[in-house]
Order: sequence, then structure tokens, then C-alpha cells
Amino acid sequence: MPNQRVQLEPFCGSADTRHSTQATVAEAPAIAEPSGHRGDTRGVAHVAVAMSGGVDSSTVAAMMSASGRQIVGLTMQLWNQRRLPQLQSAEPVQHRCCSMDDVYDARRVAEHLRIPFYVVNFEREFEKNVIRPFVDEYLEGRTPIPCTLCNNHVKFDQLLLTARQIGAERMATGHYARVRHNPESGRYELLRAVDESKDQSYFLFGLTQEQLARTDFPLGELSKGEVREIARRLQVPVAEKPESQEICFVPTGNYVRFIESYLHEQGRRLPEEAGDIVTTAGEMLGQHNGLHRYTVGQRKGLGISEGRPMYVVALDRAKNRLVVGEDRELRSTTCGVRDVNWIPYAVPEGLVRAKVRIRNRHEPADAEITAVGFTDARIVFDEPQRAVTPGQAAVFYSGERVLGGGWIR
Amino acid sequence: MLHAAAMHIYLDYNATTPVDREVLEAMLPCFAENFGNASSIHSCGQRGRSAVDAARDSVAALIGAKPAEIVFTSGGTEADNLALFGAVAASHRSRKHMITTAIEHHAVLNAAQALEKQGIAVTYVAVGSDGVVDPQDIRRALKPETILISVMHANNELGTIQPIEKIGRIAAEADVYFHCDAVQSAGKVPLQVEGLGVNLLSISAHKIYGPKGVGALYVRAGTSIEPQFQGGHHERDRRPGTENVPGIVGFGKAAELAEINREADTAGIEILRDRLEEALTRVLPAVRVNGNGSRRVANTTNLTFAGAGGEALVIALDLQGISCSTGAACSSGAVEPSHVLLAIGLSPDEARSSLRFSLGRGTTSEEIDRTIAIIPRTVERLRALSPRALNAVHAR
Repeated sequence: MPNQRVQLEPFCGSADTRHSTQATVAEAPAIAEPSGHRGDTRGVAHVAVAMSGGVDSSTVAAMMSASGRQIVGLTMQLWNQRRLPQLQSAEPVQHRCCSMDDVYDARRVAEHLRIPFYVVNFEREFEKNVIRPFVDEYLEGRTPIPCTLCNNHVKFDQLLLTARQIGAERMATGHYARVRHNPESGRYELLRAVDESKDQSYFLFGLTQEQLARTDFPLGELSKGEVREIARRLQVPVAEKPESQEICFVPTGNYVRFIESYLHEQGRRLPEEAGDIVTTAGEMLGQHNGLHRYTVGQRKGLGISEGRPMYVVALDRAKNRLVVGEDRELRSTTCGVRDVNWIPYAVPEGLVRAKVRIRNRHEPADAEITAVGFTDARIVFDEPQRAVTPGQAAVFYSGERVLGGGWIR
Repeated sequence: MLHAAAMHIYLDYNATTPVDREVLEAMLPCFAENFGNASSIHSCGQRGRSAVDAARDSVAALIGAKPAEIVFTSGGTEADNLALFGAVAASHRSRKHMITTAIEHHAVLNAAQALEKQGIAVTYVAVGSDGVVDPQDIRRALKPETILISVMHANNELGTIQPIEKIGRIAAEADVYFHCDAVQSAGKVPLQVEGLGVNLLSISAHKIYGPKGVGALYVRAGTSIEPQFQGGHHERDRRPGTENVPGIVGFGKAAELAEINREADTAGIEILRDRLEEALTRVLPAVRVNGNGSRRVANTTNLTFAGAGGEALVIALDLQGISCSTGAACSSGAVEPSHVLLAIGLSPDEARSSLRFSLGRGTTSEEIDRTIAIIPRTVERLRALSPRALNAVHAR
């Protein structure tokens, strides 16, 4: 059954563009070419650049290299596509995280810039911290964001550690966001990107003070157009579009097949396949074929005809039931969040007024947030919000600042 | 922490070696001048033939074989594959069994696993914590249907030398073919096929200062193997394909030089290797030499730096101008820890914290001094940043 999802767009932003064989060179570089043999630049790497092979992180590397910074490029090998060959598409796929093509692109950029470059293997860490939770969340009836898990537990954890171990004190990435040190509070703050259309702060809410202190987001002040202009000017050899909207390890976008193939590989069975589709009043409308195929807010592909638009309102894992209802039933005023990370301050006392984004690209909504213990929070929206989806992140904003965020229960 | 690398120190000679200047000079005329196909009848081809024949003599001399017993291949991996698949295919028994060890190179291990899929039974004999296989374990693994034993000479990761002569006698008594992967021992220890008692022996040019892409399988007279490629009648019908004349000529010259230089090479290298080991184990806590105490080739040392991740350590050292590896070059980037280190009893964490340094003809005393200066502070930095390092160090 084809899966139609609401606008969740769970892509991370390390995913950006791929090169075509014809890199456009608009003009001669305004900044002098890095000189000397590649070996000459080795030695004092102050900053590691997380390079995905896409234009954003490649441009970061080019900008820092051109400004004379000593950098080292690191590319993460996260997932072995050969493990689930049944997922390989016959068609060339736009972007495949961890494919040899992306490593090749990143290496090509590093060679062009004459910077030291290494591929580090985090397949074990990625599987443990991203793939398995991703699969398990779906099986629990939630809709996870693997990119945030990867940021929290792999990229800004393991990769940053590797960067420090090899002598770089800081790490730069191609994310569109900003970090600022607040001298009054002594804390590091996470800010939205200047280019609101590219802002990726939603995926970064989990970064700790220690992580923020060592992170550079050189693209946060720039627009996508400016980045592309810089990429051309510095002759970054990954060119022209397109951007990925997919989860990196599910290049075809068919996450249902990924989950089923992964469970098969692991010798695990899908828990209870078919079950009932019921209304919020308990009226039975039909059968679903596995809760992991659905997400809250979904309308198409339910296989029911009610004469009025019906949406997935909840996934009842305990009874293996898919609960559907009308649009108004999709709206809720409150939600709880877990594993909350507060950024400009420690756990606040009392009410916090903020704008809350409940999915990427969601227009942040006014709300009041109350911390519950050290790890949880309760959100009360001023206006009911549509499709508050368990497993997604609720991220709190005050103006350009990210106050924090947590996972929707 | 990091300092500009004034010089580059290459300590990965087991991965590959630079082509010797003399080897290169011997090869160069074979590209554009003496370019003939060695199988052609005309004089241009004949020049290629005589160059290949001369190289065959040199390679044969290196291992004490007759020239006719040398089959040139595309490298060590092809030689190993030809030995295993070729010997198994040549046997007409209905049930077939082969014996190998747990520490072989992947060229042998994966070939053995592929044979298993074809229905061939394979016994993988364990090795001791010293990195050496007990010949009696090989004997005990023999079955009536055993047709082949394959044991490497020097292990590529540890440098440990296997008791090939004893296994050769066991194989002879049992009337079983014996293959030896000698890719890492050629040029490092004397190699005489008669003394070793082998039917088949693999060597590779690029480990002995020759070019990449050429190797050889020694096939003792009277030993039958089935060719694994289909084609012409090259290499006495054992390996079709136009001879790689420049590569073979380079291999021949490298083999000559290996024979001439071996003693001079190894004595000096062993002193440097021992100095490196001694200094690092003295200066740093919780460092272990893997395979220590066994007979080893002179140039190889494998060290476990408990609590320091090997991958990060290789990168950190490279940024400071030192090239070494976490194990076999072919396994780089793999998730699984070294099967060799696991086989000698290391935990996965310990195996992932181990580095191989392999010295060579170009290694200088100054380079070793500099390496001894750089490694301790690099390891200490990694340990200071590794969550599990303290436990690993204190557990010792």
C-alpha cells in the first residue's frame, strides 16, 4: 500500500546536493587557490569539517580552506547499502547517504581543496543509535526523526569525538543554523539560520552545551543562493542540485519496505500485521495491514470510503488499531514531551512562553511550556494544532533563539 | 597537539612497498619499446618472451623452484584463488575436505568460504595466543577425504611465522596437497619450496619492491590444478591471458634484489622494529605486543594500545606524517575487528585498539626516533578523550 504522509520531511540537511559531471565554473576564483602539495597542509588541523559529499558541507570546507584555516575533512560511513539489496532501486537515486558515490564526491572535493580527508566507519554506532530506534519507533506506532537521532548520537557525538581525538578542537558542518555564546549567561545558544527557508535548527535541538561549544555552522548567516554562489566562485566540484527529501538510508523513500527488510534481516517478525480501522467513537470501518505503514495526519491510502475526509488520528499499538477521524479530531491543544533539552538555560521554573514547531516546516505556534521534572515538559498551545505526531520533535523558539525541544509522547 | 609534518614516515610496508628504482628502470622499456606480445611468433614478440623467461628464472630462484613451476598471476589474491579453486577442481574425489587456519588472509579465507558454498567441507584450525598454529592441530584435522591444506607462511598482521616445514611433512605423509600463502614472507625469510614441503605457494611482487598487479603461484611439478579462467594456452595452460610483460619483468628484478638484499635488509630492520616496540611498551602503560615471543618476520609489529581507538589513532598519526594501519589494508573501513586479533584471543575492543607498524628498506633510525616521540602523546590524547580508556588501562 502506498504511504501518503503529511509534510514531515525528515531529512537532515547533511543531505544536500549531488554533483553532475559538468561542474559549472561561473568565474575565476576570487580567492587564491590553496597552494602547495596536499601533504603541505597536513599537521595543524584546527577544525574538522563533516563532509557529506553535498554542496553545503563541501562549501563549508572550501570556505574554511580559502580563509587559510587548517582543516581536515571527515566523512562518515554509516550504512552498508549491500545489506538490504532488495531495497536497491534499478533507477539511479538522487542521493544515497553512505553510498560509495557520496564518499567519492567528498573525497573529490577534498582533493580539489588539497586538504587531508578520511572516511570514518560508524556503521555500528549508526545502527545502534539510529536504525534500530527508527524501526522500533515505527513498530511502537510513532513517527521518528532519524536525522535528529543521528545528530545527537552520531554526528555531534562520535564524529566530534573523533575530530578531537585526531587533534581538531572544533567541528564544522553544513547545517543551516547558528551558534552564539551569551557572555551574560555563559551559555551557548542555538539560533535559527538567517535564511528561514533553509533553517535546520529543528533537527539540532538536542545539542548539549559541550557540543555547541565545539561546533561551527558557517552557513547559518548565508542564504542558499549565497552558498551556491560561493561554491561556484571557489570551484567546488559538486554542482547543481537536486536536494534530497529522503531519509539517507532509505534512498527510495519507501521506509515501509526498509523496516520490513531490516526486520527480516535481523530474524525479527513484524508484530501483528492486520488489525481494525476504527473511528474515535469505536465504529469499525475496515482493516489496516500493519500500523508501521501509517502516520498521524495521513489521509490517503487508508482504503476506506466514508463520504467525508478521514484522517489517521492515532495509532493504538496496544489494541493494534488504527484510529481515524475527521479533521477537527486531528487537532489537539496539549501534548507531553520527553527527553527535553534546554539550551539557553537549565530547566526553567514556571511557565515559558514560546513558539513551538511540532514538525519540520510547521509554522511555529504560540504555546506555554511547563517543565515536568528534569526531563519532561507539558505544552499547551494557544490554538489547537493539527496532527501532533508522537515520535516527532517539539522544538521551542523565542524569536531567533532555540530554547530547547523534546520528543512528543 | 599537532605539528606540521616535516617528513613523511611510511610504516606500512606490509600493505605495499615502493617500487625499487632498479625495478622501475627494468620495467620502463617494456611499455613502449619492447612492447611485443610474448606469445607472438615474430621477433618483437620474442623479445617479450625472453624478458618473461628471464623474469621467470629470477622468481623461481627466489623460492628454489624450477622456472616451469612458476605461474604468473595478477597478484597474491589470484594466486591464492587459483591454488584453492584449482586444486579442488582438479580432484576427482566425490567428497572433498580442506584444512586452513583462522588467521589466513581474506584471499584464502573468503575463497575457502566460497568453496564451502560449493559443498566442500572446510576446517578452520584455531591458533594459539602466540599467533602460531600447532602442526598437531593440522594433523588432527585430517580426514580421509582431505585433499588440501592451506597455511600462510608469515601472518600479514602479526608477522608470526607458521611452522610450514612441519605441516609440509604432515601433508606429505597424508598425501594431501599443501598450499602456502607466502606473500608476506617472500624477501623477509629464506624461502625454499623443497624445504617447506609445499605443492603450491603464492607470492606477490608489490610486497618486495616490485609493481602492483603481478604475482605468482608456484605449482610443483606433478601437482595438478585446473585453470580458473578460460582463454589461450599461456602459462602452460594454467593461467590464460596475455602476459603482463612490464609487471613480470619488474617482478623478476624485484625477486633478484630481494635475494641479494635480504640479509642486509632484515638485520637492520629488526633492530629498528625492536627499538620501536621496546620504547613504546616502556613509555606507555597498557601496551601489548601481539604475537611477541613467537618467531616473527623482522619488520612487523602489532601493538594494542588499550583504550585508544585504532581508526582515530591511524588518522591522528597520519596527520602527523606517520603512515601505519589497523590491520590488513584490504580490511580498512570494515566494521568487523581483525579476525586475526580475535583469533589470538583479543576482545573486539582490544582488536579495535591495535595498530600494525611494518618497516622496510627505506625505514631510517631517525624515522623510528620520531615515531617513538609522536606516538605516546597521541595515544595519551586519545585515551584522555575515550570514555572507556581509563577502565581499559586500569584493568591491566
